[in-house]
Amino acid sequence: MPQVFHRSANLISRLSIYGIVVLIGVLTYAFYQIELSGWYSNRRLTIQQPVPFSHRHHVGELGIDCRYCHTSVEKSSFAGFPPTETCMTCHSQIWTNAEMLEPVRASYRDNVSIAWVRVNSLPQFVYFDHSIHVRQGVGCTTCHGPIASMPLTYREGTLYMSWCLNCHRQPAAFLRPRSEVFDPYYQPPSDVNPYPYKGVKYTDQLALGRRLMKEYKVYSLQDCDTCHR
Amino acid sequence: MISDPQPINPEQPESRLNRPADVDAAASALTETGTPREWRSIEELRGTEQFRNALEGEFGSGSDHLPDAAGRLMGALPAAGQPQAQEKPETVRPRPWDAWVAKASLSQALSESGEGSGLVQLQGAVQKGPANSAAGGDGLSRRDLLKVAAASAAMAGLSACTKLPTEKIVPYVRQPEEIVPGKPLFYATSMTMQGVATGLLVESHMGRPTKIEGNPEHPGSLGGTDVFLQASVLGVYDPDRSQTVLHNGQISSWESFLAEMGDQRAAFGKGAGLRILTETVSSPTLASQLQKLQQQFPEAKWHQYEPCSGDSAREGTRLAFGRPVNIVYRVDQANVIVALDSDFLVSGPGHVRYTREFASRRAIEGTSANLNRLYAAESMPTSTGAMADHRLRLRSSEVEGMARRLAAAIGIALPSEKGGDDKAVPEQWVRAVASDLAKNRGASLVIAGETQPPAVHALAHAMNEALQNVGKTVYYTDSLEANPVNQTESLHELVNDLNGGHVGLIVILGGNPVYDAPADFDFASALMKAQTRVHCGLYQDETGTLCNWHVPAAHYLESWSDARAYDGTIGIVQPLIAPIYGGRTHHEIVAALTGNAGKSNHEIVKEYWQGQRPEKGQAFEDFWETSLHDGVMAKTALPAISAPLQRDFMQQPPAQSMAQAGELELVFRPDPTIFDGRFANNGWLQETARPITRITWDNAVMMSPATAVHHGLNHGDYVTLRCGGREVKGGVFLAIGHVDNAVTVHLGYGRSVSVPRPDIGSPEWVSGVPGFNAYLLRTSAAPWITNAPLQLEKTGEKYTFAAVQHQWLIDNKGVESDDESVNAFQRDLVQVATLDQFRRDPNFAQVPEATETKDLSLYPNYRYDGYAWGLSIDLNKCVGCNACVVACTSENNVAIVGKDQVDRGRIMHWIRIDTYFHGGIEAPEMYFEPLPCMQCENAPCEYVCPVGATAHSSEGLNDMTYNRCVGTRYCSNNCPYKVRRFNFYLFSDYKTPSLYGLRNPDVTVRSRGVMEKCTYCVQRINEAKIRSAEEDRVVRDLEIQTACQQACPAGAIMFGNINDKKSHVARWKAEPRNYVLLADLNTRPRTSYLARVRNPNPELAG
Repeated sequence: MPQVFHRSANLISRLSIYGIVVLIGVLTYAFYQIELSGWYSNRRLTIQQPVPFSHRHHVGELGIDCRYCHTSVEKSSFAGFPPTETCMTCHSQIWTNAEMLEPVRASYRDNVSIAWVRVNSLPQFVYFDHSIHVRQGVGCTTCHGPIASMPLTYREGTLYMSWCLNCHRQPAAFLRPRSEVFDPYYQPPSDVNPYPYKGVKYTDQLALGRRLMKEYKVYSLQDCDTCHR
Repeated sequence: MISDPQPINPEQPESRLNRPADVDAAASALTETGTPREWRSIEELRGTEQFRNALEGEFGSGSDHLPDAAGRLMGALPAAGQPQAQEKPETVRPRPWDAWVAKASLSQALSESGEGSGLVQLQGAVQKGPANSAAGGDGLSRRDLLKVAAASAAMAGLSACTKLPTEKIVPYVRQPEEIVPGKPLFYATSMTMQGVATGLLVESHMGRPTKIEGNPEHPGSLGGTDVFLQASVLGVYDPDRSQTVLHNGQISSWESFLAEMGDQRAAFGKGAGLRILTETVSSPTLASQLQKLQQQFPEAKWHQYEPCSGDSAREGTRLAFGRPVNIVYRVDQANVIVALDSDFLVSGPGHVRYTREFASRRAIEGTSANLNRLYAAESMPTSTGAMADHRLRLRSSEVEGMARRLAAAIGIALPSEKGGDDKAVPEQWVRAVASDLAKNRGASLVIAGETQPPAVHALAHAMNEALQNVGKTVYYTDSLEANPVNQTESLHELVNDLNGGHVGLIVILGGNPVYDAPADFDFASALMKAQTRVHCGLYQDETGTLCNWHVPAAHYLESWSDARAYDGTIGIVQPLIAPIYGGRTHHEIVAALTGNAGKSNHEIVKEYWQGQRPEKGQAFEDFWETSLHDGVMAKTALPAISAPLQRDFMQQPPAQSMAQAGELELVFRPDPTIFDGRFANNGWLQETARPITRITWDNAVMMSPATAVHHGLNHGDYVTLRCGGREVKGGVFLAIGHVDNAVTVHLGYGRSVSVPRPDIGSPEWVSGVPGFNAYLLRTSAAPWITNAPLQLEKTGEKYTFAAVQHQWLIDNKGVESDDESVNAFQRDLVQVATLDQFRRDPNFAQVPEATETKDLSLYPNYRYDGYAWGLSIDLNKCVGCNACVVACTSENNVAIVGKDQVDRGRIMHWIRIDTYFHGGIEAPEMYFEPLPCMQCENAPCEYVCPVGATAHSSEGLNDMTYNRCVGTRYCSNNCPYKVRRFNFYLFSDYKTPSLYGLRNPDVTVRSRGVMEKCTYCVQRINEAKIRSAEEDRVVRDLEIQTACQQACPAGAIMFGNINDKKSHVARWKAEPRNYVLLADLNTRPRTSYLARVRNPNPELAG
């Protein structure tokens, strides 16, 4: 009985066998990239807001403290979102005729809230508390990114569980002194940028982080109930 | 519209709870087993197949499991008596996927036929899956199954790929100063029932009331609550509340109503045709408004009526003291308490406080005990009866005779004639109780129950006086009510006026007399004779539909008002939220009638107190603020008065007793959870299992098994009750511990209009109002114990009850095997001793297995360096009132499932009150055992989860991560304590917008296909941990209270850090009475129990 397949068919079978392995790899990589992409995770995706509020202008250029608007960040799980009244403390005095700010004035005039689009939102089965993170030396920019240079606000992290665990598994890599938590320009210590803390010059984030963990009693919390209730 | 209760599934042969009234067999089983330990039902005693099936079902019918040591450790306990399964495994062993196949094929058939109504059958098939399809051996091969399973897995994986929806964030325009988003605020207010207020602290999230707690500053609460208080928050958000003013059934407005009232006022003259009908009024403001109204219109009349208003107690004091007075007990001062058909621990004025006081005298520290002793004579098994050291089953009509004999025995001169059937009350009992009372003069207490006639109440007062208890364990004050009247007579007078055509305008403020007035009044037709009828109520109910005007009432959490506590202390009712449906308070309506229309109820209440208080100007404002903050006006408790006893009533002959006639007697009681029917639309209360009978969603014709046998009835028989020419139909329920030759029915069911719809928050297929309307048999002459004999007649139909006594069964028998080493022993789930036994052996509850197995584990032990959370429950204090169950439901967003699903064993409660009996079938002792998750250190559930959705926390909790759960239910099958609950359907109501506001934002709302369970209120733990870390300290003892602990009126639950040896919970756990359930399984539960110690009278022992 003659061979049904020509010898060259071996190549096809080999190719398909290796091809499947490669394909699986490529698909996995593609899936991973899609998951990380801004399209899927909304990460680094600028969102249109009813008023084009610029953190770069207010934080970066004017130097307004985070807590001026996000008043409950040290008290509550929710950082707080400024009521229209907060905007109007300044904007009843400056830029009073700017067209851009008309929705703010309208809100104040008609007593109707502005509906902002939420940038950083978690699923309802995840419970995050701002106050304890701020208290334990997690800086605003650690999670929220270079907020002082964002003309329009975007989400810096993926807000995936792995992203949270990244820090929860090794808090020392991210902690900063409490005094620096609200500094939008804070950089972790390095050889070129040493950080003096209580008489010691730190050039290594991990060393500083470990000291802060001890001082602030920070533990690596990885119980499910830390975030899921 | 449901006008008549329909039997559900009449063709269903026998539900898993149908008890064959084969009482003799059960009784003989009881004697055969020697000294029996606790039992749950007659079926368990008889060892029926139904019971075994129910028990096996709890473990996923794992009957092919080998009874090896590992199986025991994992809790996969094969039930007794299944040897054939091991002999012929190839024929009878059900395949694991059979249930799934049954479901798949059925759902396919369902989608083909396009019938939605098949849903219920589908559930039935799934439930019976393994047993049915194993025998049939249908065609789906393993290969086909794998194909389908793979496809579904792929689809399930894809369906997980969703992008998060875009959310809006809507800040205030001007943020109120005190509101911090994410932090709840607590406001003090009061809830009134039967005219008696209980102080509350209500949790408010961003202006939404979400959870009720007791107000520790309030004398009527001391921090405790009851089921009604806990569930009342659901009432605010009830989408079935009436939402608009109605005029002759048409939508109208408050302004039109005011205009009409203005016109009416002009025509009132002296008010001859004006009638006001209210519920019991203890609000000083409303009373003063009504008095003003009567001054303006001297001929107008104010009537009060509630079906369960305390008339007997009121008339009892009138008999005893010549005028109505308020009775305040000091239960903690009493060494000996006699309850005459009184359920004073869970019903009646001040019961939350009384439970706390009672439980304080049941506390045992170490071996020092100063226990009180409770005697109860009652017809229907109640919580109070279960707590009693001696419970005497007595027909309600015989209690008077018993009270007379007791009174005579403690030296009160009574006419010599005998009341009641002497044989019913053992002479020894009366003598022993009397001598016990006499030994404790000034430290004893006799309490008569609401279902007893006034004469018994008067006798109780006479006994208390003879025993020198007045001023010590009981004192009297002026009545709490502004106008204490006999409400049945008051309503009778109104009905006569209505029938005489004397009423032009009747204003009904609250209440639902068309539904709940005595049947002989025929209130509905009388009401229609009034020219203008105004109704103000929460619902467009039976009364509302017959009225020209219906004004939606404001819920108490939406109202300003005031009310008196059980001791007279005044509490301000302040609103937590503006009326959601534009409801109006009674104050506003009365103000409109007095010509003060337009005043807000805040102004009315505040102005009244401005006029009353000595403080003026700023001093008043300070006082007002303080009172609002504290929830009580300081030092406003009514002073004790001296009430000399009038002895005339003792000369009256006792009432003609039904007992003498030897006929079946019918007793009414308010329902333990929906009360007189006012909470019929509250799903939390509907789904709460009634104490001892553990019925949900229903009332029943309750009788003792012996009585059922005598009348040829069986459990579940649908019968016609005929009494005094009236009849209703209801299902027979065999209540263990019920007195013979009597029937008890609960009021409040069988509503005749489409609201109430008590399925709020539950799946749509649950509809209809179960139960029957017992008011149809209730007459003004015999409001509690019928004076005409009751006849029962079988209809031939069957009625299914959704009782939970056979659900979540703990296997306390273990394995039966020839192999001695495998044989489990009978484990005591409830450890009990008498006080004498306890003194002889304080460690009676210690289980040797708990210590023997301490270090026996294949896994390394967890280390708990920081906090280690633990819970302890004192069985000596728990009165089984269910407050914890409802509190947990409220705190943890637990879903309601409805009657049908409850019957299928899918009730979602995270904590349940297991009820056990001990002793003979006739009058067993009854024990409550609240059962939350045990949070085992060696948790069987954790090992079997394939996806790591349940995991051990570093603080010893069994965390449940809902978003990981894929619904295999292995954990639930493997849980020996049966504390895990599975969302078989989308039980949580995602659709009704008004319920969004109700949810606790700190707890995830669970979706379909997800397992859930008690987490020791981990949201509260985390909140406290965060707060303490921010203040750089550790969590203080008692800083965290679980919802069940906080609600418990008895203080029977203690939670805390067991690593802190000084904490309360560690001290509780160090008590000699401390024990854990199923210790031999080596699960090392974090929840432990303190054994019950009874204090029986040695004279009555044996």
